[in-house]
Amino acid sequence: MLSISFGKELKGGCAPEGGRSFRLEVDIPVQEGSFLGILGPSGSGKTTLLRGLAGLYRPDSGCISLGDHTWYDSSSRVFVPPRLRPVGLVFQDYALFPNMTVYGNVQYATGDHARTMELLELVRMDAQARHFPRELSGGQRQRTALARALGRKPLLLLLDEPLSALDEELRLSLREELRRIQRETGVTAILVSHSRDDVFRLCDEVIELEAGQVRKPGRAGPVG
Amino acid sequence: MTFDPVPFWVSTQLGLWVTAILLITCFPLAWVLAKSPGGWVPWIESTTSLPLVLSPTVLGFYLLLLLSPQGPVGDFFMRTFHIRLAFSFPGIVLAGCVSSLPFMLTALKTGIQSVPTQLLEASYTLGKGRFTTIARVVLPNMKGALVAGIVNTFAHTIGEFGVVLMIGGSIPGVTKVVSIAVYERVESLNFGAAHVYAAILVILSYSGMLLLNLVQRREARR
Repeated sequence: MLSISFGKELKGGCAPEGGRSFRLEVDIPVQEGSFLGILGPSGSGKTTLLRGLAGLYRPDSGCISLGDHTWYDSSSRVFVPPRLRPVGLVFQDYALFPNMTVYGNVQYATGDHARTMELLELVRMDAQARHFPRELSGGQRQRTALARALGRKPLLLLLDEPLSALDEELRLSLREELRRIQRETGVTAILVSHSRDDVFRLCDEVIELEAGQVRKPGRAGPVG
Repeated sequence: MTFDPVPFWVSTQLGLWVTAILLITCFPLAWVLAKSPGGWVPWIESTTSLPLVLSPTVLGFYLLLLLSPQGPVGDFFMRTFHIRLAFSFPGIVLAGCVSSLPFMLTALKTGIQSVPTQLLEASYTLGKGRFTTIARVVLPNMKGALVAGIVNTFAHTIGEFGVVLMIGGSIPGVTKVVSIAVYERVESLNFGAAHVYAAILVILSYSGMLLLNLVQRREARR
């Protein structure tokens, strides 16, 4: 069970939406192996929450733990840095290393040739292994970023609007692929998005964030 | 016309030493300046930029006061390492480091700032520490800035005149660098030799600038 209790004051310039201050307050359990979707408009605190789970942002209060491992606890001042958390993060703009090939990007995470090739085959990027990120399409970059995020065999996969930069056709096909890969690997995944369609079609559970507060916790169902 | 190649050897050694020392010492400082939001940053940057705007003779004068055996730095080096800084090669290396500091520091800071923070964050979430991240992500993605820092620092150092003359004098084979050799040839009306020294310095500097521009052009295309 992933337990997330997260409080963070977002003020002035730190607040994502036009400098408006609000408190991000999230308290949710996530079943292991499930796919949680977090919906919300821009500036609702979705990315801040994701970055907090990855350890890139330190909450003000709360506790984040996965199974027996505590990653953050404000009361006992525990803060596990990102490099020690078994987390894979797919950034919104993918953040691929421009100086490395597709193979190099994934191998950087795995440190192992066989595992790298296995992941490239999983995301169907083995044919482009020698290409640099600048030579890839949006969809290929997304797949590479996904393979890289899975490189450390993470217990938690975080996806920050991974489909938002893609055109409609590609988005639909990659959405299916994302679901397939999550099922095949069995990794607990959290997707943040402002697209209801993406979230409801991909995820088992959905919550909605509005100005830092969970508004509509619920189970995924048919769209529309 | 007499041509003595030794000043070139002294200048080259000086340039290599200063560039190597500044490359290593400036990186941590550039990192702090690039990443820190602290209000003290402009104060440090103004201090480290001073050699750009100060007259070399003014800089050289204050450095001479610091590096002479009676000065605090000169006295420390003499007592601790038994090294005399004034009118010696180590002295002009130290003076060259001060004089060329802004060239290396500015280039490295700009380079570090040019690497998107998300790349660093991606590296951290992939289980890498700061050292690996710097070596494998930051440095390869700021090649242009690294080359700029190295070329500008080396070119500025081998062309250094005022500060070197103030600290090192003109001791043949020790502190007499090319620019001082040019000055002395002109003073003795030996324009032929002055031309040779000056032309080689121009060609060296031009080659460095050309290399820098070619690298930066290639990096911009990536």
